[in-house]
Amino acid sequence: MPAQDGNGASQANETGTWKVKTGLAQMLKGGVIMDVVTPEQATIAEEAGACAVMALERVPADIRADGGVARMSDPEVISRIIDAVTIPVMAKCRIGHLVEAQVLEALGVDYIDESEVLTPADEAHHVNKHPFKVPFICGCRDLGEALRRIGEGAAMMRTKGEAGTGNIVEAVRHMRTVWDSIRKLQTMPEEELMAEAKELGAPLELVRETRSLGRLPVVNFAAGGVATPADAALMMQLGADGIFIGSGIFKSEDPAPRAHAVVQAVTHFQDAKIIAEVSRGLGEPMRGLELSQIPEEELLAKRGW
Amino acid sequence: MKIGVLALQGDFEEHISVLTKLGADASDVRLPEQLDDLDGLIIPGGESTTIARLLARWQLLSPIRRRALEGMAVWGTCAGAILLAERATGLDREGLRLMDIAVERNAYGRQVDSFEAELSVPAFGSRPFHAVFIRAPRISEVGAKAMPLACLADGTVVAAQQDKLLATAFHPELTDDARFHQHFLALAAASPPATIRETESQAATGVRRPA
Repeated sequence: MPAQDGNGASQANETGTWKVKTGLAQMLKGGVIMDVVTPEQATIAEEAGACAVMALERVPADIRADGGVARMSDPEVISRIIDAVTIPVMAKCRIGHLVEAQVLEALGVDYIDESEVLTPADEAHHVNKHPFKVPFICGCRDLGEALRRIGEGAAMMRTKGEAGTGNIVEAVRHMRTVWDSIRKLQTMPEEELMAEAKELGAPLELVRETRSLGRLPVVNFAAGGVATPADAALMMQLGADGIFIGSGIFKSEDPAPRAHAVVQAVTHFQDAKIIAEVSRGLGEPMRGLELSQIPEEELLAKRGW
Repeated sequence: MKIGVLALQGDFEEHISVLTKLGADASDVRLPEQLDDLDGLIIPGGESTTIARLLARWQLLSPIRRRALEGMAVWGTCAGAILLAERATGLDREGLRLMDIAVERNAYGRQVDSFEAELSVPAFGSRPFHAVFIRAPRISEVGAKAMPLACLADGTVVAAQQDKLLATAFHPELTDDARFHQHFLALAAASPPATIRETESQAATGVRRPA
């Protein structure tokens, strides 16, 4: 590429910048990202209007049921899903597993989810995400956790919720917790910010930035427990930028109409008449789990720090 | 000046924020009746397959085409540019087909190939425009009714205009330089339609058509 064209344009194109990493997340806003385990499911998701898919070997409900160590998916599965659709494809690596992350980047995925749904590879450290060209998304339960991940280079966040339960209660708790802390920052005098950063366990600069923006510095989706169009719209009304739906689609009775309905409900999240209309006759949602039935050590949201 | 931003999916909030700073009256558009009194409409960045499905589902294609023919300005950024093009490779649904351009979806590659670059926009003067391209489409052809407006250092056309219609393969809503938004507001204010004659186009924009 020529350095100068005489029209004033110059410099080579720059890839892997913070702007293009966070920018893709901005393009996904107002959309639904669906977990898929086969190219056929990926096609159903794209056809229904998903703005991206998460390529997996097993959806969280099955990971939860099967037990054992959950790892990055087989590259063959991921590549076949990449080939099946034209929308962005995300894939999950284990917390702290930097080689799984390198492999996913080499496969050409568009976003890496360093996810608590898989069994953590490192109990103390998450992946240093800055050196990668591919952007990362991470889960959070509160503002401190979100800002620690952003400090490590996450270009997109999602609330963790409790994946594979079909129960929205944890996603609601995490989204409300994040926003409560942001509102608190905004009413706080400047001199209290350092103590608040210490309390949150978050970098001061990111605490300042969050306060001045009045929101997280990167896009924040809701995840973990969305099963119905109304669940998705609820998370949007609570301040999510978009929605992840995992087991909720392909563990339901009739996935395609449900996937389509969730997309419509996210676009029209403030219009109850439309949400009512698109929610009609979708068949049985996924069965769902009461949180108190899950043993403490099997709660996925507690993984990571 | 009333400007609507199509809010089916994508970064519509970013556009509304720039428009509001420039003093325009900006609003979300999700249903056909919200198009009625607009001077201009922006179709934001997002996933073109998703937005195309929602445009059809909520019966917005015909009303947007009709309002554009009545003189409403329309600007598409990235996904929006794909939806404005008469010819779009890689889009599996009907778009608006308003502009005499051809675009190729995801032509620069996957996310790791997304990039930032300095553009030459002769119509805005000599100062380059810093642009963000995300899984961007390529404008592969600018037909006789449209004209190229901006290019990369290697001459690749990345923005085009046709009367009151504007297409950019990149995202001016993600940077602090508001010149494209100001340009669009001027187009939206223009009445009768801001036509640039074909014979004048090269001189008017200073950007060569794709070969």
